[in-house]
Amino acid sequence: MMGYIWGGMIITAFFFSFLTGNIETVAQSALTGAENAVEMAMGLLGMMCFWSGLLEIAKRAGLTEKLAKCIRPLTKLLFPKLNPDSPAVTAMVMNMTANFLGLSNAATPLGLAAMTELDKINSKKHIASDEMCMFVVINTASITLIPTTVITLRAAAGSADPFGIIVPVWICSILALTVGVITAKILSKGKGRRL
Amino acid sequence: MLKYCSVMIMPAVFVLIISYGYANRVDVFNAFLDGAKSGLKTLFGILPALVGLMAAISMFRASGALQFLTGLLSPFTNHVGIPSEIMPLALLRPVSGSGSLALVNDLFKTAGPDSLAGRIASVIMGSTETTFYTLAVYYGSVNIRRTRHTLPAALLADLTGILAGTLICLLFYH
Repeated sequence: MMGYIWGGMIITAFFFSFLTGNIETVAQSALTGAENAVEMAMGLLGMMCFWSGLLEIAKRAGLTEKLAKCIRPLTKLLFPKLNPDSPAVTAMVMNMTANFLGLSNAATPLGLAAMTELDKINSKKHIASDEMCMFVVINTASITLIPTTVITLRAAAGSADPFGIIVPVWICSILALTVGVITAKILSKGKGRRL
Repeated sequence: MLKYCSVMIMPAVFVLIISYGYANRVDVFNAFLDGAKSGLKTLFGILPALVGLMAAISMFRASGALQFLTGLLSPFTNHVGIPSEIMPLALLRPVSGSGSLALVNDLFKTAGPDSLAGRIASVIMGSTETTFYTLAVYYGSVNIRRTRHTLPAALLADLTGILAGTLICLLFYH
């Protein structure tokens, strides 16, 4: 899909530039755009390393396991049909905790392990179970303690208040997650058995 | 108050993590170095995508096509109160992580990170995920073909994040 969007943007830009008559600026902007990307990556580099380093400390100190214990009661609410001690639930809890801490490199393998476990107990192959739907919906909503990438990007762009967005981000992601979870619950009751 | 809280969070988390590391007898500096190395790898991993996308986006903007697109969407956005510059981001966010990151950076360059549009873009970027990518990876890994209600629920969550982000920024910074 991204292949079409990316190519589409460049091709559209080319034809549009004939209409607006600024082919030269378009040509120039390809160069500055590529340059900006490197500049942006350099701006992110320091914070990305620093934060990843701190997260590694948290991981080795066992903070993930500790937090996972705290969110376990929630799993009864989200996945009422599953045993809270089953390997599927354990993997899901670890995945959510890793996401919360911003450990995206660790979260994906844990998430895929959880999907494998959920697939084992799925009665209809190739069709997502209610639990899978709920779990993927939770993963598409991003609840993160500190949205480091955006903060760093803001600071690099010369923001006077790079941290100001943390609390609004929390509010919005909690709202988005709540809506996602409730929608998934309602829809699973509606047609869960027939499909 | 909101600003003070937001500024406090990051250093407080730093101290918390390091103290927790000491309490659990982790060799904190070595752990830090290993983690930082992996951060370096991650960033260089996405650099090619960023270069390709930033080039395409700035061409798209310079040609006037982006303005045309936002102009087309403006009757709708004006109605809801979303600044029209946000619309391309709202459309691309569920599809591509690096693409929306490039769009946000482009917006920071043109409108500024502390402008209303810049703030809304920051909140949207921080509070939503790349929905289609997540679905493809997670369901693809176990060969699920019918995702049932996952996509509608996830997209509704994204929409909530986008609208809530706009509303909160309008309330606090307008």
